[in-house]
Amino acid sequence: MTDRIAAAFANGKAFIPFITCGDPDLETTAAVVRAAVAAGADLIELGIPFSDPTAEGPVIQGANLRALTGGVTTDKIFDLVRDLRRDVTIPLVFMTYANVVFSYGAERFLSTCRDIGIDGLILPDLPFEEKDEFLPVCRQYGVALVSLIAPTSENRVAMIAKEAEGFIYLVSSLGVTGVRSEITTDLASIVRVVRENTDVPCAVGFGISTPAQARQMAAVSDGAIVGSAIIKLLAQHGRAAAAPVGAYIREMKDALRELN
Amino acid sequence: MTNPNGRFGIHGGQYIPETLMNAVIELEQSYNRYKDDPEFNRELTELFHNYAGRPSRLYYAEKLTRELGGAKVYLKREDLNHTGAHKINNVLGQALLAQRMGKTRLIAETGAGQHGVATATAAALLGMECVVFMGEEDMIRQALNVYRMRLLGSRVVAVHTGTGTLKDAVSECFREWTTRISDTHYCLGSVMGPHPFPTIVRDFQAVISKEIKQQLMEQEGRLPDAVIACVGGGSNAIGSFYHFIDDPSVRLIGCEAAGRGIDTFETAATVNTGRVGIFHGMKSYFCQDEYGQIAPVYSISAGLDYPGIGPEHAWLHDIGRAEYVPITDEEAVSAFEYLARTEGIIPAIESAHAVAYARKIVPTMDKDQIVVITISGRGDKDCAAIARYRGEDIHDD
Repeated sequence: MTDRIAAAFANGKAFIPFITCGDPDLETTAAVVRAAVAAGADLIELGIPFSDPTAEGPVIQGANLRALTGGVTTDKIFDLVRDLRRDVTIPLVFMTYANVVFSYGAERFLSTCRDIGIDGLILPDLPFEEKDEFLPVCRQYGVALVSLIAPTSENRVAMIAKEAEGFIYLVSSLGVTGVRSEITTDLASIVRVVRENTDVPCAVGFGISTPAQARQMAAVSDGAIVGSAIIKLLAQHGRAAAAPVGAYIREMKDALRELN
Repeated sequence: MTNPNGRFGIHGGQYIPETLMNAVIELEQSYNRYKDDPEFNRELTELFHNYAGRPSRLYYAEKLTRELGGAKVYLKREDLNHTGAHKINNVLGQALLAQRMGKTRLIAETGAGQHGVATATAAALLGMECVVFMGEEDMIRQALNVYRMRLLGSRVVAVHTGTGTLKDAVSECFREWTTRISDTHYCLGSVMGPHPFPTIVRDFQAVISKEIKQQLMEQEGRLPDAVIACVGGGSNAIGSFYHFIDDPSVRLIGCEAAGRGIDTFETAATVNTGRVGIFHGMKSYFCQDEYGQIAPVYSISAGLDYPGIGPEHAWLHDIGRAEYVPITDEEAVSAFEYLARTEGIIPAIESAHAVAYARKIVPTMDKDQIVVITISGRGDKDCAAIARYRGEDIHDD
């Protein structure tokens, strides 16, 4: 499965949208994912909502709340992915919180991931020191456990990069997810240490919303991850969000193509 | 009691964003450096004695003993501490530690407001900036404490997310901490969260059981037969239990908030109704649904209204060393009124949960047995809410 992730980074800078499943309902999520694929998304992060998303800013917190209020569950999201996999071939990774996986049962969760075609798993509350909680089971079922690196990682960057799988999620700045007007972290020097320690690709996320920011972030890395800006479009357009999200992703992906 | 990686049996750990990892590592290193440092401990002990009013009294409740007609009852009077609760023990320790780490700003979550008031107090004393996060629902329930924090020079930020209670305030503190780490210490108020917090908070609260042991030895020449304390996150309980863990003859009893009952959804009795999960940086017991979504718990007590419990308690439960019993709102309110009438002591509604369980077991015990109830805080803050519960509006807020 990680081969599919590597392939997503093989043709220039990757654009990676994040979508909270079930916001406002799963039919909309399916339509938005297909629109994202058509618009040139290289890999999609599918959020399984959590009641208390401690790494998220207000925008994605809102999406989690809307999705859970709408009655979405982990099982219903598995069904969504089964449906998407009839025609979607780009890599899909789940982003959720440790308790969602732990509570479902790591074995049951990850074996289902393999069966339905999920390529990776991002858990923002699972740092390097705790990854053995899920890593053996992830490996058993061929699901890449994605590592995060933050501006505060400093002496930890090499250690994390050495054992990274799938891709590395480089957090652009301090704080939670959400749109930022400016990103000032010296990402280039972090990426340099990453490159010295691994060939696994490295994408930057948190705070990116404009084509210029995406270009700036992808210029020093292998791709840009965008969440809150897309969730805002979903909040604004609801069930009619597929077209505006598609148009937005096309614009962002075009900005990255200029770097190739 | 702590394994090197901060585990208590299977519980504990450090399930937090990478952004915070170096912050908790730095905290652990600083704590290890200062916890046995004579100068640090001299300063802390001096603050305990001259500022917080320690040691707190171990009071023989003669009238209560007579009325219950069983074991002798002693009350550990943490309500007599400065700021009116046990919370000051932990806060003074963490604030001194934060100062030595070069931090100039404290952030804290609060439920009932007692930890927020204690943090605001320490910040005022030590000249630090302080921001307290409090659920909007709790700000209504505990309006007096909101005013006290502001009076002490702190900013109180209302948390509107989720259920607007303690768990949401904790979540917001973690979010705030990831935004601003270099000058800020998160002064966590209970024995929960990622390692090393459960250990640090326990060590600062362990003064409670250390004193109980000493005081009871002086007054009775023996160990108690049971120690009873209320449990939300569990800091006053672990503080009351700690020095008795290796004394198997001492029953350790934690009283959870059952709210409207453990057979209803309106409960916060974590051990009695929850299961193992991972949340707020730790593995422990949590109230949650079948998909691991954290439950919107309920208790009349804002301080116990939390869906989890500290990892050391989870472990003490697993190995059968401590018992965790549910106490309903009604039982707690009745005990609140009972202790006021019987001993002239108005306990915090949180502590009233412990009094409520004592009312059940003390009459079944022998007269030569001894029970210690920790009165973790004073109940002035709760009077308006209890009056409302009894259908009386005293226009406090």
